Amino acid sequence: MPCEQTQDQLHGYLDGELDPISAANFEKHLDTCPDCKQTLAAEQALHQSIQKANLYERAPESLRKKLLGEPQRQSAAVRSFPAPRVFGWKWLAAAAALLLAVVVSWQQLQKLRGISESQLIAASLVDAHLRSLQPGHLTDVESTDQHTVKPWFDGRIDFAPPVRDFASDGFPLVGGRLDAAGGKTVAALVYARRKHIINVFVEKASENYWNGTGESQGYHWLAWQQNGFSFCAVSDVAPADLEQLRKLISEN
Amino acid sequence: MLEGEDRARFEAIVLPHLDAAYNLARWLLRNRTDAEDVAQDAVVRAFRAFGAYRSGNARAWLLQIVRNTCFTWLRQNRMAAEFIEFDETTMPQESKNPETLALAGSDREQLTRALELLPESFREILVLRELEGCSYKEIAEITSRPIGTVMSALARARAQLRNSLSQPAPKEARRAV
Repeated sequence: MPCEQTQDQLHGYLDGELDPISAANFEKHLDTCPDCKQTLAAEQALHQSIQKANLYERAPESLRKKLLGEPQRQSAAVRSFPAPRVFGWKWLAAAAALLLAVVVSWQQLQKLRGISESQLIAASLVDAHLRSLQPGHLTDVESTDQHTVKPWFDGRIDFAPPVRDFASDGFPLVGGRLDAAGGKTVAALVYARRKHIINVFVEKASENYWNGTGESQGYHWLAWQQNGFSFCAVSDVAPADLEQLRKLISEN
Repeated sequence: MLEGEDRARFEAIVLPHLDAAYNLARWLLRNRTDAEDVAQDAVVRAFRAFGAYRSGNARAWLLQIVRNTCFTWLRQNRMAAEFIEFDETTMPQESKNPETLALAGSDREQLTRALELLPESFREILVLRELEGCSYKEIAEITSRPIGTVMSALARARAQLRNSLSQPAPKEARRAV
């Protein structure tokens, strides 16, 4: 394979955007081409220095206030996360009633349309992810220490989710919480990726297990089974980042 | 301030992406004060257009409005002298010299300057991919380009960033804010 043809592919490979066959072909090519190997290493180094440099800039509070109309209370723990306006209770009640009606009719509609149950579960986990980004909702136990987060789940759910910190790999543990999805209580492990939040929902694997990957409302999800657990990672990071976290969890 | 009955839905679906909107504006405009104004303008536009939004990727939808608002703003506000359309055919070739390939030591300031020196189309695609973590599909949607061209555009943008990093700092670098 001449290198000119693979130069662009190198970027697709780096970004985890090649289909499995092209990726395998590119890896084969790498073995025989020191030039591409060197370029790939350099691109990886550039990518890492950009990530380390922390160039992402969040919206200032002044902008949020202008758009949301009123100042908001925020706990220190969630200050760095997006904080949509907290509604009054009347709004909440109305919104909850509306949401329930929408969810019920939507679920009926999806069933009629033959949308698979896994997509419904994924959609409910994306909703859970969105809820977690509301002020004060991200973590019940906030700690980067897996030995603090793991025991916290004892007695709260009837299984012990595997909890590991992957800070050295760029996925620091932020904490954990209990969440509800698809009518079940699930464990949610919260990881940070650069300035983004990843929720990893864990439950006991059941018979109608599911896996795969997809996108809903601008959020990506990746689901898999392992050691009797069902995992589903949800975030606005790229699918390649979710795949990297899946590998870390699977290998530990 | 946003008003109206769609507001709750807008706040739930679109506003979680406010950071993404601001970040893109900040890098496209290279100025935080302008970015705040233009991001606000873009969100208000998005709200007005929200009736047309059905479903799909809300982040990509918002970012598309943000980048269009940014480019309109730039066209209206930029001094003519500063307006240089980038011609990709004249782009310097990427150096294969290992010294310029090794960038592990690049710090935040150097990267900020190098990124700000890039032509907008390159800066945009790098911010979307490297900072915002967008997939190629999302980048194609936001920048209204065919998905097949995203990979090669990223390749050129990264080559240009590397090139910009390997050049010595100008005495009076144009700094954001």
